[in-house]
Amino acid sequence: MEFGNSGSLSEDGIHLDMDRLKKGEVNLGTSIMAVTFKDGVILGADSRTTTGAYIANRVTDKLTQVHDTIWCCRSGSAADTQAVADIVQYQLGLFATMNGKPPTTQTAAAIFQEICYANKDRLTAGLIIAGWDERHGGQVYSIPLGGSLHKQPYAIGGSGSTYIYGFCDAHWKEGMEEAEAVEFVKGALKEAIKWDGSSGGVIRMVVLTAKGADRHLYLPDTDYKVRHT
Amino acid sequence: MTSIGTGYDLANSIFSPDGRNFQVEYAVKAVENGGTAIGIRCKDGVVLAVEKIITSKLLKPGANKRIATVDRHLGVAYSGMVPDGRHFVDRARDEARAWRDTFKTPISTADLASRMGGYMQAYTLYQSVRPFGITAIVGGFDSREEAPVDGEVGSGPSCGAGGKVSSKTHGGPFLYMIEPSGLYWGYYGAATGKGRQAAKAELEKLDLSGAEGGITLEQAVKEAARIIYVAHDDSKDKEFELEMTWISGADGPTKGLHQEVPKALREEAERLAKKALESDDEDEGTEEKKGEEKMEE
Repeated sequence: MEFGNSGSLSEDGIHLDMDRLKKGEVNLGTSIMAVTFKDGVILGADSRTTTGAYIANRVTDKLTQVHDTIWCCRSGSAADTQAVADIVQYQLGLFATMNGKPPTTQTAAAIFQEICYANKDRLTAGLIIAGWDERHGGQVYSIPLGGSLHKQPYAIGGSGSTYIYGFCDAHWKEGMEEAEAVEFVKGALKEAIKWDGSSGGVIRMVVLTAKGADRHLYLPDTDYKVRHT
Repeated sequence: MTSIGTGYDLANSIFSPDGRNFQVEYAVKAVENGGTAIGIRCKDGVVLAVEKIITSKLLKPGANKRIATVDRHLGVAYSGMVPDGRHFVDRARDEARAWRDTFKTPISTADLASRMGGYMQAYTLYQSVRPFGITAIVGGFDSREEAPVDGEVGSGPSCGAGGKVSSKTHGGPFLYMIEPSGLYWGYYGAATGKGRQAAKAELEKLDLSGAEGGITLEQAVKEAARIIYVAHDDSKDKEFELEMTWISGADGPTKGLHQEVPKALREEAERLAKKALESDDEDEGTEEKKGEEKMEE
């Protein structure tokens, strides 16, 4: 495996090569996050897709469903992450029919990780897996570039996330109410969009609880204040 | 059997006109000659026990185990042809390992039983194979606690995850028995091998469904030992060894693992079993005398 010279060494010594996209490849220069709260988990993302400096899509949906209440936030190559999510969606569908019960979030995370690790030389995929199941409640797993698996109370990812480490550390609380958690995610993504040139557009969220999946949409026109459907 | 000589018993994959597979039925006969094997599912665990017939004085006592560990939390006891049982266990271990590789989590007892039931069934379909000459008893304890994904980094939120359905419980002790046809059911108490009739009669007397609170794991160990002694036929086989394993939850004596019952507890259980048998014999003796007296009157 060749390392580019633009890579950075993260705190646990994993080499992150930021220069991996092919010329002209569509990139999710992104701000994504997922947080656990009192009744489950919330995923959030901006909606900007870029090809270099060009915005290829300003209303992208980076929150992808892989099972009823298991979703993922995608960052990195749009093509790679879509392909990986498609494979996992198939596997989890098969799991559910074969075993007569829905898969757990950790099963989903394990399948994602296996694919990301086995193909680490060929993929540019930074994923956050978030799901709700009756046994474990809401859970968040992060799979960064190398294909490692991290269970976290909340996770942030994509290029925009670098600007909001401080914000999230200062404002995240255990066991937030749903409305409070939605405001936390929105506040964090607003900052990420403000500071990160490759993040922008609308804010999308998915709230996963015992009641199922609930989508939120917030537009920049109203400064992300009004919930649209 | 009137069907012998009609040609329908010569191969798998050929039904007799009345819809039977004789090869499978003959495999069941092979099981009926094997040493008794039983399994008990109680409220806090599972006990597996086998009557290991000593076929030669040259065999080392305690060696050549007949109950196998398939995964940390899973055990298999079987009755019938030992080499077939060994192969069954090998396959079960492969299945458990493959499940862990794919899903990064231990296989549940129900899923292992399903996989192995499917495997046994496949051996009733083809000309080139014969059915397994065993009936296997699969016992396991599926973790009640949340288990981490194998190999994950980080412990997650210290507060735990939100939105759990607290009224629901998960995991617990499970027991399955798989027959040569591939048929498998979940059981409270299972018995197979030559002493199965007597063993089943004894199992039915126990409160295993929990209707009256259920018996504990330690009680189940003692009952299992007694049942193997009751089911043993002195007139046919003189010597036998009792082999026993158990599985409790994480809060029990085996901490969720499938393990051999400790020597001290097993010997205590055997002592009680022998004592129970002796008192039974005495009862029978006095009844006979009363009968004789009546005849004289």
